Amino acid sequence: MPSDNKQEVYFSNPMLKWVDERFPLSKVLREHATEYYASKNFNIWYIFGVLSTVVLVLMLLTGIFLTMNYKPSAAEAFNSVEYIMRSVEYGWLMRYMHSTGASFFFIVLYLHMFRGMLYGSYKNPRELIWLLGMMLYFCLMAEAFLGYILPWGNMSYWAAQVIVNLFGTIPFIGDTLVEWIRGDYYISDITLNRFFALHVIAVPLAILGLVFAHIVALHHIGSNNPDGIEIKDNKDAQGKPIDGVAFHPFHTSKDLVWITIFLILYFGAVFFAPEMGGLFLEVDNFEPANPLKTPEHIVPSWYFTPYYAILRSIPDSLLGFIALVSAVLCFVFLPWLDKCKVKSIRYRGWQYKVALAIFVISFVSLGYLGMQPSSGIYLILARLFTVLYFSFFLLMPFYTRLEKTKPVPDRVVYKK
Amino acid sequence: MKIFNKVILLSFFLSLFSVVYSASSVEKKSNDYLPALNDITDSKSLQRGARNFFNYCAGCHSLKYVRYNQMAKDIGISEEQLNSYLIFTGAAPQDVISMNMLEEDGNRWFGKAPPDLSMITRVNSNTYVYNFLRSFYPDKDSPTGVNNKVKDGTSMPNILWVLQDEMDKKEFDSFVLDIVNFLDYVGEPIKAKRKSLGIWVISFLFIFLILSFALYKDIWKEVK
Repeated sequence: MPSDNKQEVYFSNPMLKWVDERFPLSKVLREHATEYYASKNFNIWYIFGVLSTVVLVLMLLTGIFLTMNYKPSAAEAFNSVEYIMRSVEYGWLMRYMHSTGASFFFIVLYLHMFRGMLYGSYKNPRELIWLLGMMLYFCLMAEAFLGYILPWGNMSYWAAQVIVNLFGTIPFIGDTLVEWIRGDYYISDITLNRFFALHVIAVPLAILGLVFAHIVALHHIGSNNPDGIEIKDNKDAQGKPIDGVAFHPFHTSKDLVWITIFLILYFGAVFFAPEMGGLFLEVDNFEPANPLKTPEHIVPSWYFTPYYAILRSIPDSLLGFIALVSAVLCFVFLPWLDKCKVKSIRYRGWQYKVALAIFVISFVSLGYLGMQPSSGIYLILARLFTVLYFSFFLLMPFYTRLEKTKPVPDRVVYKK
Repeated sequence: MKIFNKVILLSFFLSLFSVVYSASSVEKKSNDYLPALNDITDSKSLQRGARNFFNYCAGCHSLKYVRYNQMAKDIGISEEQLNSYLIFTGAAPQDVISMNMLEEDGNRWFGKAPPDLSMITRVNSNTYVYNFLRSFYPDKDSPTGVNNKVKDGTSMPNILWVLQDEMDKKEFDSFVLDIVNFLDYVGEPIKAKRKSLGIWVISFLFIFLILSFALYKDIWKEVK
């Protein structure tokens, strides 16, 4: 643990000293940056946490500027978005950064979650970090859905129609619930208004609070690493983990490189392919909402298509809805479904490796199938992958018990 | 067993690429169905496209999100040229490009009022619009006397039929392509500027990448 006299020399600037006497500035900086130790052998999978923070900031900033010119009314929403695109100085940039940011948020988040599954980051003692992360994931899904409705394009309208109506499949209370969500007998101006309120204040507030808790919990326990061992078990004479390096300046300097690479990809999409062939911005959404004109294929944004494929693969609408919700909720239970004591995939048996590979293939395939019509071979494949998707979770307590693990090293593997 | 991780990674990215690839799948084709190879940075083509649009399309179709003077500035023509060659409705330069036909009249005359074309190239593709305008053929059963190979049963008459007769095929195609280019600009006026600004931003980031990498290497020197 750091000694107390360190605090006195932390700042030489008198103004910062003055602040430090009245606010735990140096304490926070030490605990969360300059003396927060994380393993030195982080690989590429460990950048997505930082990157999701970067995207969050980008979304909040661009969102503020969009709100200045957006009109949350059914009569004006679509026109106001076009106004932003055409007449507001750099409005197009704010809009494309926001719409592209939504997709990049999910890319980064899915990879971040996958990292957790690769290296067992959800396991004891990090279950709560995982749960907070899951709550963030649910909030982000809600946020993305709500935001998708706001441009009030035709796909916005019909996506709202389909998703809100899912709640109508719940027995007894379904119809009342749907009416309560919409605030009207159909998707209307009132629905758009409340979705706007939820999108710009309610859900972002929840996200910020959860991000704070997620990071506080992480820094309390300490980060996992690709070897899945606790670096706090090996400390030097000063009580500093031997395999750890301080978050600042070591991890921050490394993250800066990755953030720059990320920004190159992100701005590459923003400037050169904001529609991404209809994946980031769907063509049907360039037409205003029209309750009389159903799009040929109602398809959600790409980041929801795996779940959409699961929903459609089940013939009964209530069971489909239950499957959809369970598919999302499955992740929550990972810390307790995984019975293997070894965290990192580097030292785990073949069973988990094969299962994870099948899961990834299923998830991506379902994502593809969710964009295709739900019939013929597509439907058969969607059913197959739905079974595989759920098997990964449901059979996990069994196959993880059978694993023959390799010996875990005492120190992290680090090659200069 | 590092190979397993590689397989997982590889399968992940491969399937991701296949999704992106298939999402951008091609449209239905006929013999004469050609891609629209328009160039939005070609201001001469945009100007010709504007001329063609205001002489042949603007009688029925509005561009309600576009203002005359902004358009003139973007495609590189002066306000005098705008007033004398493109504004036929007595509109002021700062007005949006509307049309004089009432929607109810349009509905009565054509069955469906001619749509606003501000977003037509974004809703349909450039290629779709290009081929639509080139695919009219005579049809006795149709009230307009023509039908369309790309959009069967369209209520739009073949406005360009005189030109189709006067010009040879190559001339006509390039006439239509100029209209498509102009409509591509109209769909997203910032498109050309967006790409040129993007090159600067990405270049800056690459330089910043070199610096940040050097900083990283320097700081990590001491890590053993």
